[in-house]
Amino acid sequence: MSSEDQGQLWEVFIQSKPGQPHKHAGSIHAYDKEMALENARDVYTRRNEGINLWLLPSIEIISVSDSESPSYFEPANDKIYRHPTFYNLPEGVKQM
Amino acid sequence: MEAGIQNYYLEIADNAFILSHRLSENCSKGPYLEEDLACTNVALDLIGLAEAVYVELSKRSSGTLSSDDIAYRRDESDYLNCLLTEQPNGDFAQLMTRQFFMDAYYYYLFTDLTDSSDTFLSALSAKSLKEVTYHLKRSSEWMIRFGNGTEVSKEKAQQAVNSLWKYTNELFEVSDNSREMVESGVFANNQKIQSLWKQKVDEILFLSNLKKPENPVFISGGKAGRHGENMGFILTEIQFLPNRYPEAKW
Repeated sequence: MSSEDQGQLWEVFIQSKPGQPHKHAGSIHAYDKEMALENARDVYTRRNEGINLWLLPSIEIISVSDSESPSYFEPANDKIYRHPTFYNLPEGVKQM
Repeated sequence: MEAGIQNYYLEIADNAFILSHRLSENCSKGPYLEEDLACTNVALDLIGLAEAVYVELSKRSSGTLSSDDIAYRRDESDYLNCLLTEQPNGDFAQLMTRQFFMDAYYYYLFTDLTDSSDTFLSALSAKSLKEVTYHLKRSSEWMIRFGNGTEVSKEKAQQAVNSLWKYTNELFEVSDNSREMVESGVFANNQKIQSLWKQKVDEILFLSNLKKPENPVFISGGKAGRHGENMGFILTEIQFLPNRYPEAKW
């Protein structure tokens, strides 16, 4: 094994409690699925961080490229009316 | 505390203590970051196991010995770990093969001891079993990867199996004066553990395309305090700090 060959890169998502969404925690290297789960467990969840893990190969993630970013997201900048801030919330509703 | 039980506790603790030390020597020398951390995590689990037993032994010594006294201030012949645990790390295949043999042993030992009539042993085993189940899964998978990886990885794993096999029988040896404790359900039934261990090892070696040595010769002595040349070097390193700074606290 050469020092450059550390296997594939995987993204790690941790679920902290039942019902909570899995949140991205970071990435690890591994050669196969089993090893990916185990490495993620050993690197990210030994201090009570979670109750479940999702792993996926980083190469499978699709993303918006930098050059496309303006056309994707900037049109939303001047459309504040899309936020529900023009309604009066009934008293007693603490969180929306 | 009765000597037979005390020695049994020490065997369990010393196996974990010395194996943990061997794994800790690998810290920062793993093949890559994730494996380095995983190996160190196993070392931490084992030192936790050893500490729990040393603390219990200290309690039962009516305050005459601290757990550190027991862990760090004994002569070589008073350590009762099996020879397998003190074998050098060698290459990664040797480190992991030693771990696989020990993990399988621990798994069946603690499964059996969970039903021990000794409440300390049953509680310790129930807690350790979760850790050991994970360790065994990990080391088994590594054996399978070695055997089905490259020619080199398979050859190294086969060499490790060949060179470590002679130490495996000692894990299951029973001294004459402990038979009664086995029959009364305090100690584990080593005969049963050994046959389960053999089944597991056969299964994993089969999946790994690796072979057990033919006509093996077995070596033992560690459980009786007769250690190999490695043990002196290990204790020199382990005992350096308490010897040099006897009053050190941390």
